[in-house]
Amino acid sequence: MLIESIIFYFFAAVTVLSAASVVTVRNPVHAALFLVLTFFSSAFIWMMLEAEFLAITLVLVYVGAVMVLFLFVVMMLDINIARLREGFIKFLPVGILLALVMFGMLFYVLTGDQSAVESMAAPAAKAADFSNTRALGQVLYTEYVFAFEIAAVILLVAIIAAIALTLRRRTDTRYQNPSQQMKVQKKDRLRIIKMEAEK
Amino acid sequence: MGIALNHYLVLAAILFSISIAGIIINRKNLIVILMSIELMLLAVNLNFIAFSHFLDDLAGQVFVFFILTVAAAEAAIGLAILVVLFRNKQTINVADINEMKG
Repeated sequence: MLIESIIFYFFAAVTVLSAASVVTVRNPVHAALFLVLTFFSSAFIWMMLEAEFLAITLVLVYVGAVMVLFLFVVMMLDINIARLREGFIKFLPVGILLALVMFGMLFYVLTGDQSAVESMAAPAAKAADFSNTRALGQVLYTEYVFAFEIAAVILLVAIIAAIALTLRRRTDTRYQNPSQQMKVQKKDRLRIIKMEAEK
Repeated sequence: MGIALNHYLVLAAILFSISIAGIIINRKNLIVILMSIELMLLAVNLNFIAFSHFLDDLAGQVFVFFILTVAAAEAAIGLAILVVLFRNKQTINVADINEMKG
């Protein structure tokens, strides 16, 4: 119990502090790295909730793919940070106020008398040989198989959209066209001229 | 008896509030706005997983799985739009993107 609490509060604190850093640091590269830290510590908390497969997926998909994409784009673009920071101080009080109001409402709902979440008992811990991945796979490929297929189509659409958006045809480079090269006939390239022999 | 459910929910609420504040205070910076949206999705996913654990129902985790898929697609397309925008206008400042304004 005590160890569990210590682990939870440690990773909760890391998550909150790094999330706060994401929105306040100057440099977008540092913000992306803090977001990676947020995802990592959230993965630990998901692990505590016995969602092992999703915790691993969060690290692999988010930290491994999405955040690398973010870092790649942030480093590729030559951004003028000073201009982007304009209005930071101006909007800071509004932002903090809105966040506090939002959090106050959520906190009131979550911990007030009207909510039953506090009394909801935690289920017994699963046995050590229980496989979260197997259990998730068993419902994913039976009950949710159509949703799973739609998710695959969404990813396909995203790939095509991302490539189609960023593709640019450059006119200043020379490149080979193999099919044109294969179709060439002898008469296209070679011309035999009959002429009188020189005397 | 581990951590109570409302601890997880309050943590998710804090994360969500931070990302709302992030969208407001970084109104000019498109990249940080995208990152704040990712943070919001993370907070929502934490809610789903906490309820999935406490209700002992895997449907919540399946839902998180699909949210992760859609979020990855959204991040890829969002960043692609960002790159095209930067290539055409040399800026990602939200204030400079007002061509659609009537």
